[in-house]
Amino acid sequence: MLRLEHRPQPSARWTWLAPPLAVLITMIAGGALFAALGKNPVDTIRTIFWDPLFGEFAFYYRPQLLVKAAPLILIAIGLSLGFRAGIWNIGAEGQYIVGAITGAGAGLAFYPLDAWFIFPLMILAGALGGFLWAMIPAVLRARFGTNEILVSLMLVYVAEQLLAKMALGLLRNPEGRGFPGSRNLQQYAPAHNAEIIANTGIHWGVLAAFIAVIFAYILLARHVLGYQIKLTGQAPRAARFAGVNTERLVFICLGLSGALAGLAGMFEVAGPAGQISIEFNVGYGFTAIIVAFLGRLHPLGIQLAGLLMALTYIGGEAAESSLQLPAAAIQVFQGMLLFFLLAVDVLSNFRLRLSRTEAA
Amino acid sequence: MDLSSIDPVVLMASVIVASTPILLAALGELVVERAGVLNLGVEGMMITGAICGFAIAVNTGSPLLGFAAAAAGGAALSLLFALLTQFALANQVASGLALTLFGLGLSALLGQGYVGVKPPPTAALDFGPLTDLPVLGRVLFSHDLMVYVALGLVAAVWGFLRFSRAGLILRAVGESHDAAHALGYKVVRVRVLAIVFGGACAGLGGAYISLARVPQWTEGMTAGAGWIALALVVFASWKAGRVLLGAWLFGGVSVLQLNLQAAGAQFPVASLGWITLAACAAYLGYVLWQRQEISGRTRVILGVTAFAGAAFSYWRQGVYVPFQVEYLSMSPYLITIVVLVIMSFDKSRAPGSLGRIFHASQ
Amino acid sequence: MSVPRILTSAALALGLASAAVAQEKTKVGFIYVGPVGDGGWTYEHDQGRLAVEEHFGDAVETVYQESVPEGTDAERAITQMALQGADLIFTTSFGFMDPTLNVAGKFPDVKFEHATGYKTAPNVSTYSARFYEGRAIQGHIAGKMTKSNVIGYIASYPIPEVIRGINAAYIHARKVNPDIEFKIIWVYTWFDPAKEADAATALIEQGADVILQHTDSTAPQSAAEKAEGVITFGQASDMAEYAPLPRVSSIIDNWAPYYIDRTQAVIDGNWESRQTWDGIGPGMVEIGEITDAVPADVKAEALAMKEAIAAGDYHPFTGPLKKQDGSDWLAEGETADDGTLLGMNFYVEGLTGEIPQ
Repeated sequence: MLRLEHRPQPSARWTWLAPPLAVLITMIAGGALFAALGKNPVDTIRTIFWDPLFGEFAFYYRPQLLVKAAPLILIAIGLSLGFRAGIWNIGAEGQYIVGAITGAGAGLAFYPLDAWFIFPLMILAGALGGFLWAMIPAVLRARFGTNEILVSLMLVYVAEQLLAKMALGLLRNPEGRGFPGSRNLQQYAPAHNAEIIANTGIHWGVLAAFIAVIFAYILLARHVLGYQIKLTGQAPRAARFAGVNTERLVFICLGLSGALAGLAGMFEVAGPAGQISIEFNVGYGFTAIIVAFLGRLHPLGIQLAGLLMALTYIGGEAAESSLQLPAAAIQVFQGMLLFFLLAVDVLSNFRLRLSRTEAA
Repeated sequence: MDLSSIDPVVLMASVIVASTPILLAALGELVVERAGVLNLGVEGMMITGAICGFAIAVNTGSPLLGFAAAAAGGAALSLLFALLTQFALANQVASGLALTLFGLGLSALLGQGYVGVKPPPTAALDFGPLTDLPVLGRVLFSHDLMVYVALGLVAAVWGFLRFSRAGLILRAVGESHDAAHALGYKVVRVRVLAIVFGGACAGLGGAYISLARVPQWTEGMTAGAGWIALALVVFASWKAGRVLLGAWLFGGVSVLQLNLQAAGAQFPVASLGWITLAACAAYLGYVLWQRQEISGRTRVILGVTAFAGAAFSYWRQGVYVPFQVEYLSMSPYLITIVVLVIMSFDKSRAPGSLGRIFHASQ
Repeated sequence: MSVPRILTSAALALGLASAAVAQEKTKVGFIYVGPVGDGGWTYEHDQGRLAVEEHFGDAVETVYQESVPEGTDAERAITQMALQGADLIFTTSFGFMDPTLNVAGKFPDVKFEHATGYKTAPNVSTYSARFYEGRAIQGHIAGKMTKSNVIGYIASYPIPEVIRGINAAYIHARKVNPDIEFKIIWVYTWFDPAKEADAATALIEQGADVILQHTDSTAPQSAAEKAEGVITFGQASDMAEYAPLPRVSSIIDNWAPYYIDRTQAVIDGNWESRQTWDGIGPGMVEIGEITDAVPADVKAEALAMKEAIAAGDYHPFTGPLKKQDGSDWLAEGETADDGTLLGMNFYVEGLTGEIPQ
């Protein structure tokens, strides 16, 4: 009988070894899946993991990796702060949507004015939109003790309806022949979140994601607030005795994660997506939760996890179109990767032991 | 406005059918959460159940076998979650989300040959003369077997949690796994069983969509029902009876929304004021009933709000606007939030160990 | 900007490389918004793709990518296909409009075809179908067949295409049955079987005995089948599995002739950018078999109308017609111009309720 024994300290070796191991296991299991679907497993795995980085068209895919990873990292960084403190915002998708609406709205309000302040204003509006949307669960939890998991989740659906309302009503492009969707911000220069350095995929959102990573790292490692967050998560009662104002922490954590999610939405709508449309959101807010955990709630880990996630998306799409794999197979493959990543984590916190007695 | 074309009896019958999938899934999740486990993978298990049930029903010609297969399929998928969270001690939120992703993909793969296929019909049970009873006949005695299974399950789960020894152990495990462990209960075993039960229920709920309510197979056809089931559990503050109530409310609002549109109903603007007034009165009543003190500031706020509500109603008397579809579609979620807030006044709260990882050495 | 230049040169290099191969194989790509298995919109586009494969055999290779979200991901998916050497790419959803044009700007040698949009470029064509012609025939059958005089309509989003369909159906239903009433439910989705089933049930419970749908799943058909005495029409796809009742006819999107035609043009090297809006005549809109549940005389009238529309003798929007508010729209004998139809945002006289804004 195998037995798990709690390690006093997470094993440094396994913390580094576990993720590559998980990727390796996924490649084997995924290869079997692809083989079962009648595809060459080696080709498929290479298309997903190798080609986007070093293949023939890597010059196009590498920047795309950053574009795809940026919103995931930005949102996940915000979420990880709350998760560490035991504050569960799983409605980042809603905050992302609202940030996009307010951000785009602020820009479109000035159409067709050409002024330098429009883009900075949109950044503020996007962050504020996400922040306010996250304040709803924050206030309800602080004031009434209402479960923030559910409130934030419910607000995702409300935000989706709001998005449809905006795409069909207030923000609808007056020159769009009655079709839903706003004006394309890519075609409105002062509001366009263009690439900072051409050809690299680095737009302002990518920059913001990197800044957020550094900011979160410093916060957690050096600042008293970071200490309070960690303490509250590990020992809520001790934190209260230590004088941590939990209510204030709820506001800070939810507010920060909301603002970052809102920012991500704003950068996305003003840049890569271009317009508010009914189907604008594609689940970044939910995927970011997985990214946050894959990164072990550590800023650098999240950075890597975000890039890995982006790689499976981009490589997966490439495999779909060049090898004609069904989209569902890629979804299953991603699911497997997550399962294995989560499962091997056990190795860094626990030691496997053979024993004769049965564990609980 | 003309609401005469909406028949309340027919409406109620529709609500019962529309609420069955989320009712089944929510009951399963309720038991899971009562055991202290938060499984966010309900959507993935539902859709897997939907395709398993559909495929077996089509191949065997028996909807009943289909439902059995759906339960088995959902349970099998939930075992993955159990393996991850109970043995590999992975984080439950992340594992649940991964399960949903995996389930959606898997079901689409399994279902590739079943698009456009018609399943064998799920017939209504024959209650003989009971079906012809004036109101009750249509509301209660005109449905298929699964509706009654779901209703029976409500009673079963309620009774199990409340009266049985096993239910007591399950609740103990959910409240404090360390204490339960100290008492000699097999925490992991109890939780795995609960997770598997939750998976089976979610699978049944999914199959009810693909075999009875819609009935057909299409990718992603559960369209968020699993998430609503999760909301229902909290809405019901982890009580089986309230899950039923919540499912009807959810089903009711979504069905009523469509009915109001079809009837061309208009929204009386003044009702917003009346609702505000009623909410103030309800709050006041609640506070008095609880014999609590009201601070001066609260009194002023309450008074001003109530007055503003009444004034608004008077001002907008007789003004109607068309229902806005988006706002109607938002309403079930907004109502859930309101109810969640009201429920948080209540003493009942989440199981103590909900979502926390258990390991015997801790 | 050097991105386009790099991409272009890559594309050129590829174009040159594949030019040698292209003698034997032309690569045609398809970008789908939904899964191939949706049984409606995307399913029919994929049928068109399969028809291209069958028609050209080894001369053409087709590739597709399904469930591509609109927006950022669409642009990448299209670029990817162009990079991989596609000569012709069909993007089959309105939301792919701007991404298609963006990518087209970077790959001047690749031809693009965007469905249901209105922006073109030297290497971007648009194509769409005049579904309203089929709606007119449905309206006629519905007006004749209804006993309750209540017709239920499941509408997706309040956009011109859907409003056009409602108007066309209503005009022709009222023409044969002045007492007709339309009950419209906006479901705000193109595809959500459970919601569509609920909408159909709600309409039936409120007395509708004909259900028209502008959503893509067959769920309303099943709901009608359970209710008995209700008839429906297939949408996008034939939905023949519900014939002869409740499905009495259907509008089928038949993209195959167009796809074959355009692929041939690319092979022949005479592809040109153009805007196509075809209806029953060229076969882009097909009327599925009218079943025997429809009385013979009604069926004959419907088929006659189909012939007249196909031949160009009859336009479904022919005056005199008024708008809902009573103002004049089309004078006696006047037909609607395409500009008005493409941007249609009003109901015709007699319809109740408001278009959601």
